[in-house]
Amino acid sequence: MIGITSYGAYIPRYRIKVEEIARVWGNDPEHIKKGLLMYEKSVPDLDEDTATIAVEAARNAVYRCNIDPKEIGAIYVGSESHPYAVKPTATIVAEAIRATPELTAADFEFACKAGSAAIQTCMGEVAMGAIKYGMAIGADVSQGAPGDALEYTAAAGGAAYIIGKKNLIAEIEDTFSFTTDTPDFWRREGESYPMHGGRFTGEPAYFKHTISATKGIMKKVSTKPSDYDYVVFHQPNGKFPLRVAKTLGFSEEQIGPGLIVPRLGNTYSGSSLMGLAAILDQAKPGARILMTSFGSGAGSDAFSMTVTDGIEKIRDKAPTIAELLKNPKYIDYALYAKHKGKIAV
Amino acid sequence: MAVPRLWRRIPTRYNLIGTECQTCRGLYFPPRTTCPMCRRDGRIVERKFKGTGKVITYTTIYSASAAFHRQTPYVLAIVKLDEGPQLTGQIVCDPDEAKIGMKVRPVFRKLGEDGPEGVIYYGTKFVPAAEVS
Repeated sequence: MIGITSYGAYIPRYRIKVEEIARVWGNDPEHIKKGLLMYEKSVPDLDEDTATIAVEAARNAVYRCNIDPKEIGAIYVGSESHPYAVKPTATIVAEAIRATPELTAADFEFACKAGSAAIQTCMGEVAMGAIKYGMAIGADVSQGAPGDALEYTAAAGGAAYIIGKKNLIAEIEDTFSFTTDTPDFWRREGESYPMHGGRFTGEPAYFKHTISATKGIMKKVSTKPSDYDYVVFHQPNGKFPLRVAKTLGFSEEQIGPGLIVPRLGNTYSGSSLMGLAAILDQAKPGARILMTSFGSGAGSDAFSMTVTDGIEKIRDKAPTIAELLKNPKYIDYALYAKHKGKIAV
Repeated sequence: MAVPRLWRRIPTRYNLIGTECQTCRGLYFPPRTTCPMCRRDGRIVERKFKGTGKVITYTTIYSASAAFHRQTPYVLAIVKLDEGPQLTGQIVCDPDEAKIGMKVRPVFRKLGEDGPEGVIYYGTKFVPAAEVS
């Protein structure tokens, strides 16, 4: 059986509240909080980017399981905000966790689902026996144009997963993907900020793909919503995943533990992987988890997994999502603009 | 910075790889090719330092070079690693949080870049040890 050997996450300490962004752009914060179920979001430090976040998450994954990093045969980093247009983030991670030089590495891009696509690639390579362990990372310092609705949600953070056959903390029974070419979110080469389809991002994009992939995995492994203890969907805001849960028949108890977006924001490629990490932080052996990512209007990857006894041995060896969310430093919009490089000097 | 110079420093900057003299057990960071105590009798090998240590002294930079002016004010400290060697590094904290004797741990951060089109330098900075992550 293939599954998760370890996981680790990282969240920058800075936060900005919805009220502060709304103050600058003249929006009603209560309307946004109610509409998006968002209260605050993480902001990277001046010297943090996708590479530093990916490294911190990867190191936490390695600390948690104590495997020799040289046994990791592949590292894939999914992100829509890689620091270089050409030059992989994955090699920076590989060097920083001392997994080099005998491994393969590459960067993935599929907006918010690049991290889950990296997990699937690692599963394939582990299954064929080409590698013992693979590391899949979803990390982002996502950007929203000043004044755009995305500013309320686009956050920073990342999660790393070590995929293998040994020392599993969760067995992945299967994975199922649903992909179309639906252009609801994009950023052209050289542009600083992404564009999106506004209201078009709902039904034909997020809901269609997330629901279809979730139904697909349940059909593939012959399960129904009540068979799962936890469910996590991509979290562009707090409202969308709750609506998917309701549509498919999942309860608030099932989705609640992994729904971390209201105080974290949308960490894009990290989003569903961070939610899964929050679930693994508390799930008991035998618990079943369903995770479905979503990216770029165009695709979702769904996974069905079962937690093993191994979780209890490693859970406390690295910070949990709840610990990473503690002690935030709140900043105003001016400092936020400086941190995000929105002020050209 | 020339790209080869950056590239040669990656092990040192990313993972605090220094050296140890197996003859006198002297520990060195940054790495040395010759042991200054044992000279030709020294046997130098690679040694990774954990990165935890304490602040020996520090200063707060308010007026920085162009590459760092966006980060001011920032704390630059001499950190004594638990294993013994001392090095200069940035402490990521508010200036009023910094204290002599404060325990620190390493974090992976961006150290600088050669402008918007050049290479980005990554490496080790420090944060107060109590911080989670």
